[in-house]
Amino acid sequence: MPDLKIQIKNLYKIFGRNDKKMISHVESGMSKAELLETHGHVLALKDVNIDVPAKGVQVIMGLSGSGKSTLIRHINRLIEPTSGEMLVDGNDVLSMSDSDLEHFRRFQASMVFQNFALFPHKTILENGMYGLKIQGEKDNQAKPKTQKWLDRVGLSGFENHYPAQLSGGMQQRVGLARALSTDADILLMDEAFSALDPLIRTDMQDVLLDLQKELHKTVIFITHDLDEALRIGDNITILRDGEVIQQGNPQEIILNPADEYVSDFIQDINRPRVLQIGSIADPKGKSEGPSMDAETVVEDALQKIILSKANGINVVKDGKNIGAASLEQLIHAIARPTGEKKGIESYR
Amino acid sequence: MSFFTKFPAMGRTDLRDFKKGIDGKFKEFSREWGEGIEAFFDPLYYFLNWFEKLLNATPWPIIILIVGALAYLGSRSWKLSVGAMVSFLLIGYLGMWKNTMSTVALISVSTLLCIVLGIPLGIWMSRSDRVQKIITPILDIMQTIPIFVYLLPVVMLLGIGKIPGLIAVCVYAMPPIIRLTNLGLRLVNKDVLEAADSFGANYRQRLFSVQFPLALPNIFAGVNQTIMMALAMVVIASMIGVKGLGMPVLQSIQNQYLALGLMNGLAIVALAIIFDRVSQQYGKRLQRHREGGHDA
Repeated sequence: MPDLKIQIKNLYKIFGRNDKKMISHVESGMSKAELLETHGHVLALKDVNIDVPAKGVQVIMGLSGSGKSTLIRHINRLIEPTSGEMLVDGNDVLSMSDSDLEHFRRFQASMVFQNFALFPHKTILENGMYGLKIQGEKDNQAKPKTQKWLDRVGLSGFENHYPAQLSGGMQQRVGLARALSTDADILLMDEAFSALDPLIRTDMQDVLLDLQKELHKTVIFITHDLDEALRIGDNITILRDGEVIQQGNPQEIILNPADEYVSDFIQDINRPRVLQIGSIADPKGKSEGPSMDAETVVEDALQKIILSKANGINVVKDGKNIGAASLEQLIHAIARPTGEKKGIESYR
Repeated sequence: MSFFTKFPAMGRTDLRDFKKGIDGKFKEFSREWGEGIEAFFDPLYYFLNWFEKLLNATPWPIIILIVGALAYLGSRSWKLSVGAMVSFLLIGYLGMWKNTMSTVALISVSTLLCIVLGIPLGIWMSRSDRVQKIITPILDIMQTIPIFVYLLPVVMLLGIGKIPGLIAVCVYAMPPIIRLTNLGLRLVNKDVLEAADSFGANYRQRLFSVQFPLALPNIFAGVNQTIMMALAMVVIASMIGVKGLGMPVLQSIQNQYLALGLMNGLAIVALAIIFDRVSQQYGKRLQRHREGGHDA
């Protein structure tokens, strides 16, 4: 079990005047709709428990209104909780004093926003330097540090431009550089790439994955896009109406969706391109076919099987054989699961 | 049935005593505190006098050059700068130089006073809805109450002269800067403020690095309005003995001097236009970042 960086425990958030009094109603089973109707309070998060391991990408996924943006704002306490705990390295963020919280935000967690939220009156360089200046660094120290990150995200030469002069993709690179330059080990990304068009989005995902390979930050990534979640997430948490529906790594979620909501969510993904043979392999199985790494996706495995005219493959992980998958098993795994497709809209 | 046809007003003697009581109390207060309050305003009085004397003692060509230079610095426009210098030459040629200097001194000092008091008040107001709820009606009163009504107690307390004039001008001219500072600060995009918060900025850092700079266009509109309203008060201020361009206008009303009134009136207008254009251009230049963008 890797170190836990962030532990969210029994977190509740209810928007409204008497939010603390409403918890008992929610605990006794009142639904979001009922609470709104009878008490005029909005239930945003209900008993959320998430353990986030260090140095990985934790994706939190859900439709709009599922509470994911509210949840991420609890981690650096931009939103005050109704009740619960938010432990970061064992310290409860939610009970920090104002000055401790300032220190936490300055040095331990930085954030990237969906709508970029750059400072329009500051140049790109000044935007990038913002976190460092707030930390109290002088210009001559902050400038080279920021420049390094601007170069790293591909913004060399734009230092003296203003945000309005850049395209959306470029603006979010500034947002990323601004967050990275503080050297915080937690990176909070609130639908950071959702406002970008698909090609630019993939591009930015690559930038992030690339950075993550060398930085190993603990990333909390909010998205409503499953493809994005599968691409960058080491772990995925699915939220619905403020409740955690399922948590697990991408493979588990695809193979064993917890309920209809999740299976509807994963209906349209490209299964052969996402599923890895390691998660399909039968540990007791044996095959005459070629050996392949556990992280190979089914699509590539099928190609290899057909080329080598075998009817299965051996699965290898870290040089050890961990089982085999037959052609039939592979095809089973990529078939769309049965069940009526209601459409994700019906869950709103 | 006289109850319904005649309003049940307070008795005539009661009413007279009531009014007399208030007048008496205020006179007492004025006698007791008048000098102290006057002493409180002394620094302001000396500053205003010093500034007026400075303007009058400076040779006129230098003033013209300073006017041109300030107009250019503010607006970066040669046209405006030359226009301002020509206006001042014309004003001087028509014999209104001294009065214009007095008016410029009064307007400058009162605008400065309004900014120094108004911007912090606006900031305070933007921080708290409760403060806003209390200050807004006060500003409404300041702007709508007939000027003579508040001139009266001011004159009773401080006599006639420059300080009561300055106070009268500021009471009328300060509301816009307070309102627009408050509005500007409140209108700053919440997302950007959230971003500042997320980096651990405290209130002061957030205010000075993000909120205030982004509110500047509105705050500047407030400064501009304050200058304009201060100029509008010049004639009224002359009624309580403030020297300047208002005095001849007042005389010309009383004696039907058409030309005198017109000339001095137009001089006030010229000042207003110069102040307005220069401050507006300056305000625009503060928003350099909005240039050349596609979503600005």
